[in-house]
Amino acid sequence: MTATPSRHPGLNLGRAHQEAHDACEVLVFGFWVFMMSDLIIFGLLFANYVTQLDALAGGPGPGELFEMKSAFLETLLLLTSSFTYGLASYCLKYRHGRGWLTAWLGVTLLLGLAFIGFELHDFYKMAGEDGVPSRSGFLSAFFALVPLHGLHVASACLWMVVLMVQMLVHGLDTGVKTGLVRLGLLWHFLDIVWVGIFSLVYLGGLA
Amino acid sequence: MTLTHFLDLALGRLDWHALPFWEMVEQPTLSHIVNGSIVTAAASLVVLGALAAVVLITRFGKWKVLWSEWLTSVDHKRIGIMFIVIAMVMLARAIVEAAFMRAQQAVGLDGGFLSAEHFGEFFTTHGTIMIFFMAMPFLTGVINYVMLLQIGARDLSFPVMNSVSLGLTAAGAALIMVSLVLTPFSTGGWSGYPPFTEASFNPGAGVDYWIWAVTLSSLGSTMTGINFAVTIYKERAPGMHLFRMPLFCWTALCTSILMIFAMPPLTVATAMLALDRYLDFHFFTQDLGGDMMNYVNLFWLFGHPEVYILILPAFGVYSEVFSTFSGKRLYGYNGLVIATMIIAVLSFTVWLHHFFTMGQSPSINAAFGIATMLIGVPTGVKVYNWMLTMFRGRVRLTIPMVYALGFLILFVIGGLSGILLANPSIDYQIHNTLFLVAHFHNMLVPGLLFGMLAAYQMWFPKAFGFRLETRWGYRAAYAWIAGFILAFFPLYALGLLGMPRRALSFFEPAYLPWTIIAGIGALVVLFALFSLVMQFWLSLRHRDENRVPVGDPWDGRSLEWATPAPVPEYNFPVIPEVFSRDAFMREKDLGQAYQRPAEYRDIEMPANSALGPILTATGFLMAFGLVWYLWWLVILAGVVSLGALIARSFVRRTTKIISADEVRETHEAWLRQVDETPSVTRDREQDTSNRGRPAAPVSGAVQ
Repeated sequence: MTATPSRHPGLNLGRAHQEAHDACEVLVFGFWVFMMSDLIIFGLLFANYVTQLDALAGGPGPGELFEMKSAFLETLLLLTSSFTYGLASYCLKYRHGRGWLTAWLGVTLLLGLAFIGFELHDFYKMAGEDGVPSRSGFLSAFFALVPLHGLHVASACLWMVVLMVQMLVHGLDTGVKTGLVRLGLLWHFLDIVWVGIFSLVYLGGLA
Repeated sequence: MTLTHFLDLALGRLDWHALPFWEMVEQPTLSHIVNGSIVTAAASLVVLGALAAVVLITRFGKWKVLWSEWLTSVDHKRIGIMFIVIAMVMLARAIVEAAFMRAQQAVGLDGGFLSAEHFGEFFTTHGTIMIFFMAMPFLTGVINYVMLLQIGARDLSFPVMNSVSLGLTAAGAALIMVSLVLTPFSTGGWSGYPPFTEASFNPGAGVDYWIWAVTLSSLGSTMTGINFAVTIYKERAPGMHLFRMPLFCWTALCTSILMIFAMPPLTVATAMLALDRYLDFHFFTQDLGGDMMNYVNLFWLFGHPEVYILILPAFGVYSEVFSTFSGKRLYGYNGLVIATMIIAVLSFTVWLHHFFTMGQSPSINAAFGIATMLIGVPTGVKVYNWMLTMFRGRVRLTIPMVYALGFLILFVIGGLSGILLANPSIDYQIHNTLFLVAHFHNMLVPGLLFGMLAAYQMWFPKAFGFRLETRWGYRAAYAWIAGFILAFFPLYALGLLGMPRRALSFFEPAYLPWTIIAGIGALVVLFALFSLVMQFWLSLRHRDENRVPVGDPWDGRSLEWATPAPVPEYNFPVIPEVFSRDAFMREKDLGQAYQRPAEYRDIEMPANSALGPILTATGFLMAFGLVWYLWWLVILAGVVSLGALIARSFVRRTTKIISADEVRETHEAWLRQVDETPSVTRDREQDTSNRGRPAAPVSGAVQ
């Protein structure tokens, strides 16, 4: 068996998609580098959050504001969406046709949107209990970190819609394929960041 | 809806008070008139300059050329040149501001002519411009132009993103220029420390100008870093192993890595400050649990690596200058590479030395003090390597070499004052004094600025096809060195005498002689600036005598000198294969330079894109809207930006083809020219017989 070396960590498209496979060399590497840079932003906001844990200024804290049930549901939604995105990636790689690919992407998109919906509902409820960013340093730190992740998910959803429209316009061409590989990286990356948020913010706050 | 409501919505908080002369019209006191006149003159210069540019372009019918060959171009060489043009314009403004500050302090005993607000704007814009809109664009431009040619590539990995990076930098620079016309700018210094910059103390538009100008620049620089790093990893010519790259490429790589990791902290810091100011968050406020130390940490987590982002490319330039103009291989290449990498890593471990006095424990200060002193070691290694490169070389005292020698001596002095400051107990005595100002100017002026000016002198013939005039060039170089010494060495004395930095005026007569000497130094620096302008003007007029079409005026060593001057869009008709360091010097030594390629092929180049100029406009308008609360403009520009990005993602024809015939024709014509051009020896490289083809040195010379 001759093993072709993988070009980059994660899903490689392989010889069946030679042109896109080659294009990935630079595009995906560049995207990894971008995510490293983005991760610094999240890392700093995590650090800021930790330093501000006690800066309640008499306002509500994690115990009053967070709810394990919805945070757990959001985690399930996002983790499942990563799984369905993985299935979409396999459809792309093994050419199961555009139908299945679009179907799995659609499921992923719905899960992502549901996640955002739940998150917005959380924020709305927090606002009702005086949990707004202008209340304290702690809440400012929370609202810098968690909604930024939500904003990333929202942008990723928009990107997914754009790619689906591109698929309609251009078919499954190299641009769409490399776009899907990069969006996949981002989607899984956001999952990992959420695991950090769930562990540190929600589990840590309610422990 | 009444007219007032409509105007409130349309104009936000923009009103007559934003005009630079409004205050002196309303309250015509002497101070208001003096300061108002200065700002009004500056604002008129901006407006007239912009108008003159528009009129000239229209008159010569150059709008189309400007649009299709420059603004929408994604050619790394043109983008590099545009970066450097921004840097030069901003350099001129910031030097004039520096001269005003020196003048104020030279007459500052018990008074002076500037108001405190105005002086605050001067030192804030001076610092912000010099770092973000002079130094960063300059080094980005030089790397853009030179690095690609040195690694034997045709364009960056992401050429359109490069054009967007340029656009965001240009938008930030434009915002700062506009702040002269619609005042005020921030008075919070280039580091913008809260709580002074919070809405409670500084409700006006000034700090917002600073925030958005810096944010635009930091986003652009992050993308630049990603682009350069990916390019160096992925686009090198065959055989160009990492350890065969010219040292400039190594410094470009380290700088890019620093940009990738060090720009995000700045983006986070300015974004959080903006949230504090716009949406009543409490990150850095004094009340409700805000902690301003978080800002200081975030800012210097960016700020210290930034120092090395600035200095490393200059180190790369000096390495090229020393070896080219000593006619010798770079001494200790491996050592220089390792030292560069060590500096890049250590740069993340020392940020706390910017605030030794802010209340952490002595052991923390000691740890960061030691880490700071450690950086002196690899830097020292470099200084010795450069000296040993010259040792027993045939040194030619060309203009870049004058800058480099000035750097070598002055930089060591600056480094020693840095070692003093790295000691927390000494820092307690002299922090926030002019000693610090002297120290960092001593690092950045000879370090960064001389390096960039040396690069400008060295690679200008490559970019434009003719050498720069030498007489005014030497004058500029010597005036820079002398002016720097006169302007900044007195500040060491003033700092030790206890004069605080950013002081508007003082009551201690002992300061006066020193501030006057520094003021004279500023005049010499102004003369240096004037000399650079003269040099450029005369070079432009005598360009035909000074052409170097063969492209190798300095007997260069790396691949960029193997191309014609100016360089064709595709850089190399055939991607070169590399067998050693100093690849072009090896070809020349073996008599294999200027060879005819076996065959010519079609070359695929990235096609022009309007995304860069569109995002320049929308980025600027969005920032401008945010500054003046023109929410409709923010939303409009935001939607257009997003729409442009999405539209761009649908474009599939992103490349164009340059046909093999066209390449053959241009290249063969150039090769004929090479054959016809007589070669000149190195000692005649600065006169008109130099057509860019060097003669082989005397046999037996050290290479």
